Amino acid sequence: MQWESVIGLEIHTQLATVSKIFSGAATTFGAAPNTQACAIDLGLPGVLPVLNVAAVRCAVRFGHAIGAEIAPRSVFARKNYFYPDLPKGYQISQYELPIVGRGQIEIILDQGEVKTIGITRAHLEEDAGKSLHDDQLGTDGGSYSGIDLNRAGTPLLEIVSEPDLRSPQEAVAYARTIHQLVRWIGISDGNMQEGSFRVDANISLRLRGETRLGTRAEIKNINSFRFLQKALEFEIERQQEILEDGGEVVQETRLYDAALDETRSMRSKEEANDYRYFPDPDLLPVELDAAFITETIADLPELPATMRQRFCDHYGLSAHDAGLLTSDHHSATYFEQVATEINDAKLAANWINGALAAALNKAGLELTASPVDAQQLAGLLKRIQDGSLSGKLAKQVFEAMFNGEGDADTVIAARGLEQMTDSAAIEQLIDSILAANPQQVAQYRAGKDKLFGFFVGQVMKQTQGKANPQQVNECLQAKLNA
Amino acid sequence: MESSDIQRIAQLAKLAFDPATDAHYAQELTRILKLVEQMSAVDTQAVEPMAHPLHLTQRLRPDLCTEADQRERLQQLAPLAHDGLYLVPRVIE
Repeated sequence: MQWESVIGLEIHTQLATVSKIFSGAATTFGAAPNTQACAIDLGLPGVLPVLNVAAVRCAVRFGHAIGAEIAPRSVFARKNYFYPDLPKGYQISQYELPIVGRGQIEIILDQGEVKTIGITRAHLEEDAGKSLHDDQLGTDGGSYSGIDLNRAGTPLLEIVSEPDLRSPQEAVAYARTIHQLVRWIGISDGNMQEGSFRVDANISLRLRGETRLGTRAEIKNINSFRFLQKALEFEIERQQEILEDGGEVVQETRLYDAALDETRSMRSKEEANDYRYFPDPDLLPVELDAAFITETIADLPELPATMRQRFCDHYGLSAHDAGLLTSDHHSATYFEQVATEINDAKLAANWINGALAAALNKAGLELTASPVDAQQLAGLLKRIQDGSLSGKLAKQVFEAMFNGEGDADTVIAARGLEQMTDSAAIEQLIDSILAANPQQVAQYRAGKDKLFGFFVGQVMKQTQGKANPQQVNECLQAKLNA
Repeated sequence: MESSDIQRIAQLAKLAFDPATDAHYAQELTRILKLVEQMSAVDTQAVEPMAHPLHLTQRLRPDLCTEADQRERLQQLAPLAHDGLYLVPRVIE
């Protein structure tokens, strides 16, 4: 039987604010437990939440970037459930009137195919605290869980997709695209290790051609793209087995266990919570006027999809190269600086996606921390353009630059690496090599074309690779075929 | 509502209640619940849901850290705290 998987994602992204969404407590990661949890975050009686303008602006920027309508009026609601890391007994979220309405985003699949994914909505909400289940808590030998409420009240934007994704690969491509976008427009650092970007996946199967949706399972709190892929792959196999055995998938929440590479049931629908949403009487409706929205989106950078297209159209780059260069805003800016400086986009793209990416990867560095900046890389590439360096020598110079030996010209001078372009000297050298190898010359002239490489090799050996390859080729051709 | 309900609610809310007032509160809460029942009977099909009784809009706060760390004071309110963590009965096995 041919099964089709239907996937929708809910992504929680932590917004880049210095204070909480409803209080003036700090959001710095890694602070000592509960030192950033004030009376408002703790839900003590008599406190009043007041909405952080920066969180609202983040939501507006995102909404604009996905072409969604920004709600002129949105409402905060209480989502009621009981858990020790939720001190108020409810989470302040948005339900019926979210701040960001329907939008869409393009994702690029492996074969370069573009697919548009619908985004149902995005709403603002507060995060909960963190529970620690450690045997060593407490001093009386009792069995406790420790609660750290530093995270409580941290602003989140929950981005809900339509069930438009049809495979784990598409789900990962979509999650990566959203991750790229939130960082690009500066609304989140997207740090997955620190929990700034977490994914819940809804997945069901149906027979190909069927239009109704099957019963879905929801996999909660996935914090890496690899786990997202693996959790969905596991879940597809699990549901397929159930359906092919004539069974029914139970609607439930499941957790992905990375150590065992499996998902397992957390709670089924029967025990699922009724959240009893209602408008939060502590918060008034949020009304945004056109001026506020215009001001908020005024400094949005060119978006990744637009830039990617421009890199193809304007610079003639391949979709693959353009995609790599627009994977984050720093790479894109770096590329444009180099390309403009040397007036050769393809050379710039090849070096940034090739030698530079490899060196950064090997050193475990981000581009922002690259020892070779855009100006310096342009300086190196100019020496290729003017013939001072062959591609091979340029790689050596690049390595030296990456290791902190200075800019291209400094390295070239210090190592005596200038390319040999003096045609008289090259001709003289070739004459002596031909004279020293009469047998090979005779064989070549008798039709053994392969020996051409032997002569090139001899020239390069004697010049330590510094002879200009094009000149060597031309001169050898002329002499041997004379 | 009976006195036992009042004691149970008080315990869940961590409120100290004088048992002598149980009957009084039971009566009051019953009246409130009856009012809610009465409201449930009203046909609201054509009524637009209200988000807030005041015709005002939310004021926005600048993104500034204004709350200093008051962990020591705040944790005095908690039944149990240790090493900066609030302790609760173990949540998972």
